Amino acid sequence: MKILVCISKTPDTTAKIAFTDNNTKFAEGGVQFIINPYDEWYALVRAIELKEADPTAQIHLINVGGPDSEPIIRKALALGGDEAIRVNTDSADSYYIAAQIATVASQNGYDLILTGKETIDYNGASIGGMVAELLDLPYIALATKFELNGTTAVVTREIDGGEEIAEVALPLIVSCQKGVAEQRIPNMRGIMSARTKPLKVVEPAPADTLTTVAQFELPPAKAGVKLVSPDNVGELVRLLHEEAKAF
Amino acid sequence: MSVLIFADQAEGHIKKAALEAISYGAGVAAVLQTTATALVLGPVSKEDAAALGKYGAQKVLVASTDAFGHLDGQVYAQAVVQAAQSENATVIIFPHNPDGKAVAPRVAARLKAGLVSGATSLPDVTGGGFVVRKNVFSGKAIAGVSITSPLKVISLNPNSYPVKETGGTAEVVDFQPTVTAPKVKVTKVDKVVGEVPLSEAEIVVSGGRGLKGPENWGIVEDLAHALGAATACSRPVADSGWRPHHEHVGQTGLTIRPNLYIAIGISGAIQHLAGVNGSKVIVVINKDPEAPFFKAADYGIVGDAFDVVPKLTAAIKQLKGIS
Ligand SMILES: Cc1cc2nc3c(=O)[nH]c(=O)nc-3n(C[C@H](O)[C@H](O)[C@H](O)COP(=O)(O)OP(=O)(O)OC[C@H]3O[C@@H](n4cnc5c(N)ncnc54)[C@H](O)[C@@H]3O)c2cc1C
Ligand SMILES: Nc1ncnc2c1ncn2[C@@H]1O[C@H](COP(=O)(O)O)[C@@H](O)[C@H]1O
Repeated sequence: MKILVCISKTPDTTAKIAFTDNNTKFAEGGVQFIINPYDEWYALVRAIELKEADPTAQIHLINVGGPDSEPIIRKALALGGDEAIRVNTDSADSYYIAAQIATVASQNGYDLILTGKETIDYNGASIGGMVAELLDLPYIALATKFELNGTTAVVTREIDGGEEIAEVALPLIVSCQKGVAEQRIPNMRGIMSARTKPLKVVEPAPADTLTTVAQFELPPAKAGVKLVSPDNVGELVRLLHEEAKAF
Repeated sequence: MSVLIFADQAEGHIKKAALEAISYGAGVAAVLQTTATALVLGPVSKEDAAALGKYGAQKVLVASTDAFGHLDGQVYAQAVVQAAQSENATVIIFPHNPDGKAVAPRVAARLKAGLVSGATSLPDVTGGGFVVRKNVFSGKAIAGVSITSPLKVISLNPNSYPVKETGGTAEVVDFQPTVTAPKVKVTKVDKVVGEVPLSEAEIVVSGGRGLKGPENWGIVEDLAHALGAATACSRPVADSGWRPHHEHVGQTGLTIRPNLYIAIGISGAIQHLAGVNGSKVIVVINKDPEAPFFKAADYGIVGDAFDVVPKLTAAIKQLKGIS
């Protein structure tokens, strides 16, 4: 079985959010970058577990990004991927990224492609579905559980107000979130072996970009908290009802 | 030219997020000076379909064959693409809910249409552009995203655009797309019954580690009950098994945007805020005046949850006249 895990690079969850170049670019100065948590904690770890259950399985990682993605790719390899492919471009358009992943995937024939639920910077939640359409494969979004029964996947996904379980034959694309696996920390052996695992750099295939960020802005600052005494909760109820019209 | 809206239903019931999407779609149609058509895939009564006219759809396409009983993104996408083509739609709108997230990217890729997911505003078309705002960095910033392709797909963030009743009427048309057999076989649907689903809730009452243990959740539930609210929790609470995982909100849990979010015994770590900072009004109850959550709050009480919350519940019941 061949598994492809899509890995993206995002600012650390505590990073200060600021913009440069006339508010068209994220200010990267001093920011630490991490593997997008959904990709690392859920998609990658679940792939590693599948390989632990079936040692003949192979895990490939793909990142569409510039050379500055290599540290996070190495970390993902340290956690457990077998080899990585970096498509060398820094385009941020979802369609363009999906087209790159679809091109690599169609050359290598994967049984399973795992992505995170969404990136925590762009919050697109769209790459997996686009890749699935480009490859004409089924796609389950927002999985909370993923099991394999031979060549049939049994996937639990989030629906409005609950969950739904479905069976789908491989090949398949799944976007992963909490529940699919538990976060892991790379061990020393993994870190050592990651240095020598193959990291292939390929040039992007021609594809269109369909969107661009015209401008970023920060949300308006809150007016400041209105504090109410714990002995006067009736006042809070009045404020919520009459002033904020919150219920 | 027209605007097509995917009106998501469950068991014949059109979801609130879909009504928001129709109101929004009617808004987009007004901006573009064209008409709005809603598409319902799956069982829905003729009356319910016609009622979508109230929210601004001039026409409602209904495809109620068995193929749409459960969501198969591939099959749904084929139907939406065919509807878009038959309606000559240039903008296609989805709710940014679990079904929308499964189908919208597929439709966008198939039609080579630029996608803005989780949109929070109508398009700005000044100067011939098409710029839609969305939240990025998990709510810590906003991006104006320009779609440069002729066809456009937008998925609308829930609770970001009000449901508007225009009092219009819609023509209901039977729609029969040609689709392939579903590959996804749904074997079980588990709905949280009797409670308000978190993602659709107008009011959410949420508890953190400050509540000390699962046995103390009664005060949270009583408050939620008095308000008709859904309950949520911070990540360590779900990780410790005090509350079910589907209640966990934040960076790695659900993102919610209710009208009112009441946080009890939650410190307000940045990863928690990322899931709730889109809420219209935030109330924080915490015994530590230095808790970071107060910086993101509109109203706050510095006090002990075990004292404050029951009093708050009583005051709300009194106001609502329930005992
Ligand atoms: C990558 C990453 C992702 C994460 N994702 C999430 C996420 O999605 N969601 C999330 O919630 N967290 C997330 N976290 C964890 C987050 O950083 C915090 O650790 C967590 O939110 C803290 O939960 P808490 O506020 O319930 O507990 P604590 O931080 O322990 O806070 C408890 C609060 O309760 C108050 N308190 C105590 N007793 C009382 C009382 N009697 N009455 C009133 N107040 C009282 C205390 O003053 C304190 O402020 C993530 C962390 C990382 C690193
Ligand atoms: N540049 C990228 N390279 C590889 N995978 C990506 C990239 N961007 C996004 N992904 C994958 O697609 C998922 C959804 O991303 P998005 O649609 O941008 O929110 C992520 O969780 C990743 O698994």
